[in-house]
Amino acid sequence: MAVFGSATNRSFGGRGPSFGFRFFCYAILSVVLMFYDRRGQEQGRGWLDTARYGLQAAIYPLQLAVNSPSAAWRWLDESFTTRETLRAEVDALRERLRVQQLITLRQAALEKENATLRGLNALLPNIIEKRLVGEVVNVELTELRQRLLVNRGGTHGVFKAQPVITGDGVLGQVFRMGPFSSEIILITDAEHAVPVQVVRSGVRTFALGTGHSTSLELPFVPHNYDVKVGDLLVTSGLDDVFPFGLPVARVTKVARDPAQPLAQIHAVPLAGIESDREVLFIWQRKDHPAAVASPEALAVEAAPPVKKP
Amino acid sequence: MNLARGEPRWAVTFTVLLALIAQVIPLPDWLSVVRPAFVALVILYWSIYAPHAGGIFAPWLAGLALDVFKGEVLAQNALAIALIAYITMSLHQRLRNQTLVQQSLFVFLMLMVNEVVVWGIEGWSGDPSSTPWRWIQPMIGAMLWPFIALLVGRTHTRT
Repeated sequence: MAVFGSATNRSFGGRGPSFGFRFFCYAILSVVLMFYDRRGQEQGRGWLDTARYGLQAAIYPLQLAVNSPSAAWRWLDESFTTRETLRAEVDALRERLRVQQLITLRQAALEKENATLRGLNALLPNIIEKRLVGEVVNVELTELRQRLLVNRGGTHGVFKAQPVITGDGVLGQVFRMGPFSSEIILITDAEHAVPVQVVRSGVRTFALGTGHSTSLELPFVPHNYDVKVGDLLVTSGLDDVFPFGLPVARVTKVARDPAQPLAQIHAVPLAGIESDREVLFIWQRKDHPAAVASPEALAVEAAPPVKKP
Repeated sequence: MNLARGEPRWAVTFTVLLALIAQVIPLPDWLSVVRPAFVALVILYWSIYAPHAGGIFAPWLAGLALDVFKGEVLAQNALAIALIAYITMSLHQRLRNQTLVQQSLFVFLMLMVNEVVVWGIEGWSGDPSSTPWRWIQPMIGAMLWPFIALLVGRTHTRT
């Protein structure tokens, strides 16, 4: 194998520099790219993010091509749905709408009552200012990555770390995006955590992804905290991402082993992570009391109290 | 980049694109675990039989596309694939005289190098996209080599 520097390695006459030299150049370029990409991830936006943004656009057609077999299958499947199935679906949707109407009827009254209690003169507008429907183009649900590719991106106003929900609950947030597509990191991704609150008792903690699309875990709850099976978890609004009060998951298992310092709690996400084809990007009202706290407000709270002499 | 005549550039582009799709198309978990590195295999083929068609640039670009596709650290696959392409190109005259089955041992080695480089970079960057199953993939890739070489070989006339 000692032929690297020998005649076979040299390119033929008039064919430009040798493979060795060219490889050396590309290797240097690769290392530089890797270094800046890694550093960009740690420090926020860098020029490589812009490059990636462009590259995402370049490969988007390929991503669509990759998805086309399953899309074609779904189209076929939907085209041949029988009349009965459709009727059943319409009936189910009507029923659901009726239930929702009942809830919203009460909500108007509740909102008014709430506003009076808070001493506000005007009714608060809905926290979700604007929403955008996106269609799932590609799904990656492995133990290492729980990601969705959605056909909405920078040109539609989507931004990094934007909350993404479905009708049932929180789905995830925008992880990376191109002009026409964005990658959503799901709340079940092993690298994702969402701050949550138990509706019944007000306990605040984190829900961490496990890498399985039907399970979240709450590893930071002490034994004596009030969490029960069946509790609803909503976002607590303590991060910079999700507004307060979006449903996240329902507690399915609480194990309090005295040998362990903390309780072992599992929950199942409410958003149908494996079944949803459509997702909602949401924009929240910045001046709403339930919106995520601005960095300035957080800084004031986090500042250490002034020591008195 | 030169524009020499008779180089199967379109065949290279076409097969590499197909390989990219094959490598990233969503599959059930158990299948995607054993999915071989198609892009690396196709690049290896062209490195042996038409090293001047794509040079080092085509392998590097294919690797970069793979990185963007998988959302991994930029240029990790690009570097690994460019490296194995370079080694293969340096030895291409010797490899051409071997049968496809003999070549598959070399292919196994190259796929292993590819995995080791990517694994090393992942370790450095802290991206935990690794399972022990990844070390099966070079083996499967090497076993598929004769078939892939025959398939890709149909897209051009060998010189």
